[in-house]
Amino acid sequence: MGPKFLRPLTAPDAEKGRAVHFGSEQALALDCGRTLAPWTIAYMTYGELNEARSNAVLVCHALTGDQFVASAHPVTGKPGWWETIVGPGKPIDTGRFFVICANVIGGCMGSSGPAEIDPASGEPFGLSFPLVTVRDMVRAQAMLLDSLGIERLLCVTGGSMGGMQVLQWAASYPERVVSAVPIACAAKHSAQNIAFHEVGRQAIMADPDWLGGAYQLQGKQPSKGLAVARMAAHITYLSEAALQRKFGRTLQNPGGISFAFAPDFQVESYLHHQGVTFVDRFDANSYLYITRAMDYFDLAADYAGVLAEAFRGCKARFCIISFTSDWLFPTVENKRIAHALNAAAATVSFVEIETDRGHDAFLLDEPEMFATVRGFLNSVAAGQGVA
Amino acid sequence: MAVMRPDLAAIAEMIPQGARVLDVGCGDGALLEYLTAAKNVDGRGLELSQQNVNACVARGLAVIQGDADTDLGEYPSQVFDVVILSQTIQATRNPKGVLGQLLRIGRRTAVSLPNFGHWRVRLNLLASGRMPRTKALGYEWYDTPNIHLCTIADFAALAKEAGGEIERALALSEDGRTRAMRTDAWSPNLFAEGAIFLLRAR
Repeated sequence: MGPKFLRPLTAPDAEKGRAVHFGSEQALALDCGRTLAPWTIAYMTYGELNEARSNAVLVCHALTGDQFVASAHPVTGKPGWWETIVGPGKPIDTGRFFVICANVIGGCMGSSGPAEIDPASGEPFGLSFPLVTVRDMVRAQAMLLDSLGIERLLCVTGGSMGGMQVLQWAASYPERVVSAVPIACAAKHSAQNIAFHEVGRQAIMADPDWLGGAYQLQGKQPSKGLAVARMAAHITYLSEAALQRKFGRTLQNPGGISFAFAPDFQVESYLHHQGVTFVDRFDANSYLYITRAMDYFDLAADYAGVLAEAFRGCKARFCIISFTSDWLFPTVENKRIAHALNAAAATVSFVEIETDRGHDAFLLDEPEMFATVRGFLNSVAAGQGVA
Repeated sequence: MAVMRPDLAAIAEMIPQGARVLDVGCGDGALLEYLTAAKNVDGRGLELSQQNVNACVARGLAVIQGDADTDLGEYPSQVFDVVILSQTIQATRNPKGVLGQLLRIGRRTAVSLPNFGHWRVRLNLLASGRMPRTKALGYEWYDTPNIHLCTIADFAALAKEAGGEIERALALSEDGRTRAMRTDAWSPNLFAEGAIFLLRAR
């Protein structure tokens, strides 16, 4: 059975994906102390699982991502969010590997989340949906893999919040992970990143249409607040240099400035566009829940503050990638992970890629990243006898 | 391994089977790959160049992109059996600091370096009055990465000053042969093109 979506689909030809529904006998135990049952996880797969079940690669998505990693988004019709690197002949080669990507718990693309109907009340969960953590997301993914009959992952990878899930996988299920490629992430969310998230949440909650989170019941959506949240966040995904290169002070209207507050500068129009298109595909409450999950992420905190302890005994091979101009998850945060892995005697490679495109670089055409991932996966696959 | 650089072959010969090894400035990983295959070492690398790190990752090696001058302080003490610094010390900003870190991180430190005291270098400077350019050191003075060149005698003195003790010292001849040398003798410092040292902390 396919997943349910929030809004009417505008891309009717797009693949709708799959979903697994877990009954009350398979409740999802959450870090907040509550359990979720029944619950649903929506996912997509690409490529074929081999007979030995040894070629599975789990891709974890970022804050506003979804399971449509390498195929058209069913709502927007746009290409999959990581088609740059996942696909036939791509570095994460769906001709060789069985790629799985699931919508995170708390998300809004078919997995259980605040926008879905609470079976107890028959109404959307809204804020009665329990707070989730990155560890909960990973726990849900592990149950999905159990149901698919996949014991071990050849690789688990993802950028940003996806990278956080990769780290959590290595810590929670070390025996199930052969290799891990966390990209542009951190072992904890920094004070600055929490601060940016709080700006986004306050923008949503200040929108009169948010209605204390119960907007769905009134047929409304806090679109303005959500758009502002997206605009503010989007700035953090870029870099000063990239904004300067793309827009500079170029005006929308070549006639000059307007002496008014309509967008004069191209960079303003660009941000407006980012905000307006985002609200068509994302749920405001989901945004609150998932940003909170990232804020709560602090892997070392679960191990008495010693990050290396999170990776003790982990046999997985790691390849960590960061980008020079990423100020959201800067190189120093990524290196901290590498040092903790070294201290835990794990096998780790670390690459910093030179680019001016900021945090977003992990989603873009970055040949050095492709070469690194391709080379790493080739050697991991060879080591596991995966053709 | 078809042809390995003579100083790397000499270093490889010093590494015990199954050792835990850190190669600082590991380049494209040729030595680490050889040591992994031939000596079953648990090898790690630190390398500045992104292209080289990519080459290492594609070879299945565990290599971290970083700078020996700034990143060695983050490694715990005495975690490696041998730390290798091949043809790299002359390119560091702070050779004494780097060497001190290596002696702290590893139980043994293997260093190979070009000998700036070689007679051809000396003659070159004497005869031309210009900064020497040789086969081993083929850069102009203003664009060379080798900012801290030294002689065998210089390095022997630095090793002591950085808290190290020389366990073995090999002279490397122009035809790639190595032989044991006394670091206080004048002849290796004049005739050896390079040298390989095995040090431990005093």
